[in-house]
Amino acid sequence: MPESLAQQYFPLLVQILLAVLVAGGMVAAGLLIGKKVKNRVKEMPYECGMTPTGNARERFSVKFYLVGMLFILFDIEAVFLFPWAVVFRELKLFAWFEMVTFVVLILAGFFYIWKKGALDWTQTETSKAHKPPTALDLMLSDELEVAGRR
Amino acid sequence: MNSLFPTSADFIRFAPEIVLTVVGTLLMLLEPLTGDGKGEKPQLRWLAIAGLALAMAAAIFAYGDPGPAFNGMLLVDGFGTFFSVLVIGTGLLTVFCAQDYLIREKQENGEFYALLLFSIAGQCIMATANELIILFIGLEISSISSYILAGFLREDRRSNESALKYFLLGSFATGFLLYGVAWIYGLTGSTNLATIQATLAAGGVNPRLLALSAALMFVGFAFKVSAAPFQVWAPDVYQGAPSPVSAFLSAGPKAAAFAIFLRVFTTAFGSMADRWAPVFWGSALLTMIVGNFAALRQDNIKRMLAYSSIAHAGYVMVAVTSHSTVGTAAAMFYLASYAFVNVGAFAVVSYVAAKGEKHVGIGDFAGLAARQPLAALVMTIFFTSLIGVPLTAGFFGKFYIFKAALDAGMVWLTVLGLLNSAVAAYYYLRVIVVMYTHEPSVAVNELEPASSGLQFGWVAAAAATLALGIFPSALLEFASRAAILR
Repeated sequence: MPESLAQQYFPLLVQILLAVLVAGGMVAAGLLIGKKVKNRVKEMPYECGMTPTGNARERFSVKFYLVGMLFILFDIEAVFLFPWAVVFRELKLFAWFEMVTFVVLILAGFFYIWKKGALDWTQTETSKAHKPPTALDLMLSDELEVAGRR
Repeated sequence: MNSLFPTSADFIRFAPEIVLTVVGTLLMLLEPLTGDGKGEKPQLRWLAIAGLALAMAAAIFAYGDPGPAFNGMLLVDGFGTFFSVLVIGTGLLTVFCAQDYLIREKQENGEFYALLLFSIAGQCIMATANELIILFIGLEISSISSYILAGFLREDRRSNESALKYFLLGSFATGFLLYGVAWIYGLTGSTNLATIQATLAAGGVNPRLLALSAALMFVGFAFKVSAAPFQVWAPDVYQGAPSPVSAFLSAGPKAAAFAIFLRVFTTAFGSMADRWAPVFWGSALLTMIVGNFAALRQDNIKRMLAYSSIAHAGYVMVAVTSHSTVGTAAAMFYLASYAFVNVGAFAVVSYVAAKGEKHVGIGDFAGLAARQPLAALVMTIFFTSLIGVPLTAGFFGKFYIFKAALDAGMVWLTVLGLLNSAVAAYYYLRVIVVMYTHEPSVAVNELEPASSGLQFGWVAAAAATLALGIFPSALLEFASRAAILR
């Protein structure tokens, strides 16, 4: 058992140091031994796999919202489990029955959305519609331009 | 309160809600597994009917041993049982009357029945709630299912509009109610109606803050029963929602909302009746006037019935204003008679409206008597009951309400209310005249015969209307005994 406050928090300090080391090391290693390429795509502001500029009022597939709603539902279930777990020992069997009722109802909802195909979003309407060029498209067109100039 | 474990008596008193929830969930689970691809799911319809019948039996059985349940959260008494049975009965009637409509729109599926059962479960909780938080939870269960039901035709713009308006305004009104509940808890330290009543009777509560919290709760309740000046949502919602849903909304949730309205204001706020009665007086009068005079000018029958439902909420408000056992009993009787009549009337509307609800003008009812005599006959029975002609339930409903008002010394409100019913006779009679004397319209000529289920719904509603009109004493006696709220 650690006695003083400093001893108690020592593992935390070690973890912070490790985190700084790993992150800083990665950046440093990239700077030192990485290949330096400059092209249009590389110079663009970073955005996860999307074209960083474009119309701000882009329309999202309704599936995003559907998934969002379902996520919140099941997230709430997890939130309810925490206070339940804290008082479980005091309430004993009563708490168990209450939680079983709750989980069974939630699972019924899960079964329902699953069977209704709400989780099956492989066939989207948007995949057929026109899409703006992605970063990959831009890169390819860049390379074609370079090849053409040669 | 030694153990948190509910006793078997608790479960028996909560059995209707348990049955409705279990069967509703079952319907939801079976929905993706059934269906012949033609949009008909008779097995789910029968399961819903069986569930509702079982719930009604459970509600009646629970009344065999009345009393509080779950540490005073619920109270099964005559009043609660009356409204539980009433909303379950409304649900049963709705299932029968909705079947043709749902099959026609290719929308008969488990969700409709599941939502209906969930909504009714919420209303049963409202009917027996003896505590403000439980009351609020019941109201929310009922309302959220109702919002979805109002937008049940997903592809239909009017249905979407109806659901959105209902949802936005309804949530806002519920916010008022909850704020009132919070104030009451702050003032009295309890959410239990009996405890609040005792605390208020003992005095010492800041009268201004008490009036504020009562007013906030009044706003929430008045919205749910569509009493003026919080009635604006009703015409748009009833017009846009699928007809069977409008039928249900104007009967079930409204009756349950009046149940909590009556219970809260006669028990918890009973000791300050002289202070809230003037507000109710004004609201009752305004509701009757707005409903009746706006209904005069409607050509769309669903809109007309929506305004008529506002007007009838006004009559019930008269009974609530009288603040007496007689008034409460009159309100209970009126709501029961009104529920059957309105579900029946909307069922005839949904039948004439045909696919896509094209024919909802009053002119579309022309010549209905020549082509579909049964539909015209039951519609006439419903409308005469809404007018309040003797031998129908509506007559005794109005009679008891105005008698209660006179007993309470509200002569002016009685006179103005009676004048209002005279105005109302015009727009109901107009439809009857159109049905019986005009040449058949295109809409009427195209009508297919009604299915046996729909006909059963009509006849059951009409029979209940006539039965209550000819033998009102049995129900009224029960209501009078049940109306003594503690």
